[in-house]
Amino acid sequence: MTLAAEHQPESDTESPTNDNDRITSGSLAGRGMFAIVGASFVIGALSWLPSGSINWARWVIVTLLVYVAGTYAVARIVESPRQATDRLATAIVTSAFALVLLPLISVVWTVVDKGSNRFDWQFYSETMRGVVGEGGGAYHGIVGTLIITGLTTLFAVPFGLFTAIYLVEYGGNGRFARAVTGLVDVMTGIPSIVAGLFAYALFVLIDGPGHRSGLAGAIALTLLMTPVVVRASEEMLRLVPNELREASYALGVPKWKTIAKIVLPTAIAGILTGVVLAIARVIGETAPLLVTAGLAQGTNWNPLDGRMTTLPVYTYQAYKFPTLPPSASIDRAWAAALTLVIIVAVLFTTARILSSILKPQGLK
Amino acid sequence: MITDTAPQSSPAPDDDFLGGDTGKLGDRVFHGLSLGAAALILATLAAVATFLFKEGLPTFTGDKSELDNTESFVSYVGPLVFGTIYISALALLIATPIAIAVALYISHYSPKKLSHTLGYFIDILAAIPSVVYGIWGIGVLAPILSRSLYPWLDDHAGFLPFFGSDVNVSTSGRTMLTVAIVLAVMILPIITAISREVFLQTPRLHEEASLALGATRWEVIRQAVLPYGRSGVISGAMLGLGRALGETMAVAIILSPADGYFWNVITNSNSNTIAANIALQFPESSGLEVNRLIATGLVLFIITFGVNAIARKIANAGFSGADG
Amino acid sequence: MNRSARLITPHLINPHQSTQTPTIQNGEAHMTDSLRDTATPTAQSAAVDLNAPVDLPNRIDVTDLNIFYGDFQAVEGVSMTINPRSITALIGPSGCGKSTFLRSLNRMHEVIHGAYVQGSVVINGHDLYGPGVDPVAVRRKIGMVFQRPNPFPTMSIADNVLAGKRLNSRRMSKPDAAELVEKSLRGANLWNEVKDRLDKPGSSLSGGQQQRLCIARAIAVSPDVLLMDEPCSALDPISTLAIEELMLDLKRSYNIVIVTHNMQQAARVSDRTGFFNIKGTGKPGKLIEMDATEKIFSNPGEQETQDYITGRFG
Repeated sequence: MTLAAEHQPESDTESPTNDNDRITSGSLAGRGMFAIVGASFVIGALSWLPSGSINWARWVIVTLLVYVAGTYAVARIVESPRQATDRLATAIVTSAFALVLLPLISVVWTVVDKGSNRFDWQFYSETMRGVVGEGGGAYHGIVGTLIITGLTTLFAVPFGLFTAIYLVEYGGNGRFARAVTGLVDVMTGIPSIVAGLFAYALFVLIDGPGHRSGLAGAIALTLLMTPVVVRASEEMLRLVPNELREASYALGVPKWKTIAKIVLPTAIAGILTGVVLAIARVIGETAPLLVTAGLAQGTNWNPLDGRMTTLPVYTYQAYKFPTLPPSASIDRAWAAALTLVIIVAVLFTTARILSSILKPQGLK
Repeated sequence: MITDTAPQSSPAPDDDFLGGDTGKLGDRVFHGLSLGAAALILATLAAVATFLFKEGLPTFTGDKSELDNTESFVSYVGPLVFGTIYISALALLIATPIAIAVALYISHYSPKKLSHTLGYFIDILAAIPSVVYGIWGIGVLAPILSRSLYPWLDDHAGFLPFFGSDVNVSTSGRTMLTVAIVLAVMILPIITAISREVFLQTPRLHEEASLALGATRWEVIRQAVLPYGRSGVISGAMLGLGRALGETMAVAIILSPADGYFWNVITNSNSNTIAANIALQFPESSGLEVNRLIATGLVLFIITFGVNAIARKIANAGFSGADG
Repeated sequence: MNRSARLITPHLINPHQSTQTPTIQNGEAHMTDSLRDTATPTAQSAAVDLNAPVDLPNRIDVTDLNIFYGDFQAVEGVSMTINPRSITALIGPSGCGKSTFLRSLNRMHEVIHGAYVQGSVVINGHDLYGPGVDPVAVRRKIGMVFQRPNPFPTMSIADNVLAGKRLNSRRMSKPDAAELVEKSLRGANLWNEVKDRLDKPGSSLSGGQQQRLCIARAIAVSPDVLLMDEPCSALDPISTLAIEELMLDLKRSYNIVIVTHNMQQAARVSDRTGFFNIKGTGKPGKLIEMDATEKIFSNPGEQETQDYITGRFG
C-alpha cells in the first residue's frame, strides 16, 4: 500500500483524456522503478521469515515474481496498457537473466566451498594407491588429464588446422570441400559417449576386448576436439582479407608460403583462442574416458598401456562410488571438481588475453 | 648499350628470366597435407560408423546366453530411447523460453557496454564440465527440489500424469525432472548464444521502421526482432536438443534409474537415457553385453544425427531466406 | 572538361615536394640524368612516335588475348604493345575488363578458380602463358599495386618492404636488408617520412603512405614491370598527387601499366592510353582503341572513345 502512495504525485499529473491525444504521459521512470524493486526485495525476504532460516533461492524467486507482477500492475495504473505490457516484457527478460545467474553462482560457490575442504598439498601430491578412508589425492588424475589432453591437442590441432586450410585455401566451392564441411558438422554432433565407444571398438580390433589406455582416451577426445578446431580456424582464416593473399602472390610468393607466412600469422590470435577454448571443452570430458582410459589408483605415465585416471573420471568415481567413510571420498570429489573448474577458468582467461595481445593492430 | 635499368642490381633479362625456385615442392607438400587432413575427416567418420556397426552387430547374431537378461534388443533399448527423448524434450521445454529471454536481455535490454561481459558469463556456463554439473545436481539441486518443489507439485498439480500422486514422490530428488533442469542449465548457453547472434543481426531498418510507427521496445521486438530471428532460435534449440540427447555424466550421476517407461517425472522410478546407461553399465560389462551397449550407442548416434541434420536444415533455410 | 585535363601535362605538376625528396619531376631532369640513356623516350619528347614499338628490354607484346572465367568470356581479342619506360593507362567504364586484362599480365587473375586465357603475352622473348611457365615466376618479374593499400598487418614497415625477398627465402645479411629497405623506400618517396619508425606496423601509416609502402614493397623484389590497379581510387587528392609524382619518377626504370577510372589522372601521367569498352552485361570487354594519350583525349579515332571521354557515355 505504501507503493501506491509513492506514486500518487505522478498519477496526479495525468489528465484522464484520451490515451491517443497525449504525447506526455505518466511515467514510471527512476524512483518509481526503484521502489518496486525495493518492495519486491522486502516481500521476498518476508517469504522466508516464518520458517526462521534464510532461504536464498526462495528469496530470489519470490522477489522476481513480485517484481514482475508489481511492475505490470503499477504501470497499468500509472501509465497505459501498452506501456504496461512493455514494462512486463522488460521485467520478465531481466528476471530471466537474473534467474540464469542463480545456477552459475550456486555451482561456483558450491565447488569453491566444498572443494576447499581438501584443497591442500596432499591432494595435489599423492595418489590413491593403498589409500583406505581419509587422505589420498589426485596427483595421478592430474598427470592423466595432462597426458591425455596434451596428446589430444597434439592430434587435433594439426588435423583440424589443415582441414580448415583445405576448406578455405584449396577446396573452394568444390564438391569435396562441401562434403567435408557437412561431415565436420556431423562430427560436431557426435555424442561424447559415442566417441568413446568408437575409440574402444577401434582398440579392441588392435588389442582385443577389455582394452584400456590413455591413447584410446586421446583418440576419443580427438574426435570431439577436431571439429571445434576446424570451425574456429575456418572462421578466422576466412576473416583474413583476400587483398593480403593477392599482395603476397603479386610479390611472386608461392601459395604455401603465402598461407604459412601471411595468412596464418594474421589469423593466429583467433586460431589460438579457438584452440584454447577447444582444450577447455575436452578437458572436462568424462564419459568417453570412462570407457577408454578407465580408472587406476596410481600414476600411469605410459599412455600406450594400461588404465589412466583423469580428473573428471576421478571426480565421478569418488562421488558416485564413495569408499568408506563416504565424506572423505566426497570431499576428494569436490576438490577434484574445484581443480577442474580452476583449470577451465585459467584456460578461458588465457584465451581472452591471447586474443587481445596477439591480434594484429592493422585488423579490427 | 642498355643493360639494366632497374634500381636494383638484378641480372639483365636472359634465358633465366622466368627461372628460379617457385616453391613447387612446398606447394605440393602443403596441398597434400591439407587435402589429407580433409580426407581424414571423411575416413574418420566412415570408421566411426563402421566400427560401431561391426561391434554392435553381434548383439543380434551372438550367443544370447552371455547376457544377464535375454530380452530382445528392441525391448532393451526401447525404454532407453524413451527416457533419452523424454528427458531431453523436458530440458528443451524449460531452457528455450528462458534462453530467448536471456538472449533478448543481452541483445536489446542490457547496456551496450555490458552486453559483451554478460555474454561471457553465459559462455562460462557452457564451459563448466558436465561432471561438475552432475555432482552439483545431486548434491545441491536435488535436495532443494525434493524438499520444496516436488511436494508442492504433487499437492497442486497431481491431476497431471507428469506429477501424478499415485506413486510416492521422490525424497532424494534424483528424478527425471531434476535431470531435465540440470540439462536445461547446460544447454541454455547454446540456445542463448545462437539466438543472441540472430537477434543482433536484425536489420536496423526493420527496427527503425517499427520505432517510427511509435512502437514501444517490446512491440519492436515482437514485430521485427522475433520474426526475423525465429529460424535461428529454432536451430539453436535443435542444437541444444542434440547436446542434451548425448549428455552422459549429469544423467548418470543424478538419475535413479529403473527399467521401463515412466511418465511421472518426480518419483523414484525413472526411465534411463542411452548415454547414461552406457556409462553406468560399461565398466562392469563384458562379452556380448559390451556389444549390446555399443549397439545402443549407434542408436543414439542416429538420433542425434537426425536432430542435428534438422537443425542445420532449418538454419540454412532461414538464413538464405533472410538474405533474399 | 577533357580539354583542360589534357593540358595538365606531367611536367606542369607542381613539384614543390622535390625540394624535400631526391626525386626529380620534370622532363629536363630526365634528360640530364646521367644514369639514363638520353634516347629514352618520354612523354616530353613529342617528336617520337609513341605508338611505334620500342626495341628495349621488357616490352610487352599482347597478341589476340581472350580471357575466360569458366564459361564466361571477360575479355576478347586484345592485341597491344606496351612500351617500356613509359606509363600506359587503361581506361573504360566499370566492368569493361580493363582490370581483368591488367591482372592477366602477371597471371594474377588465375587466383580465381576456373580462369584461363587464349592468346599470348610475350616479354623478352618469353610467352607468359607458354608451357611450363610458373605464374609465381611471372609475378616476381611483373609486380602489382592494388586498389586499396594492403600492407601486411603482422609486419613492421621494414618487414613489409622485405617481405617479397624474405618470403622467397633469400637469406639477407642485416646491412643488405637495411640497404634494400632504404633504397626501396626512397624509390617510393617514403623514406623521409618513415625512416625513424621502420619498426612500427605498416598499418600505422596514413592511406597514402600505406600505398607508397606497397609500391616500395613491390619494387623491392626488382620487377621489370609494375602493374597498378586503380592505385589512387582509395586515396585523398594530396596522396593521389604524391603517387602520381612517384609514377612519373618510376617510369624511368620500369614499364608501368595503370588502370584508372580517373580520366584526368590518365591524362596527367600516361604516355599512351588504351580505351576498353563493353557492349552490355555478360558480353566480353574489348580494346576499342589505343593511342598516344594526347591523341586519345583530343582527337580519338573512335566515336565510342569520344563519347566516353566527353562524358556522353551511358
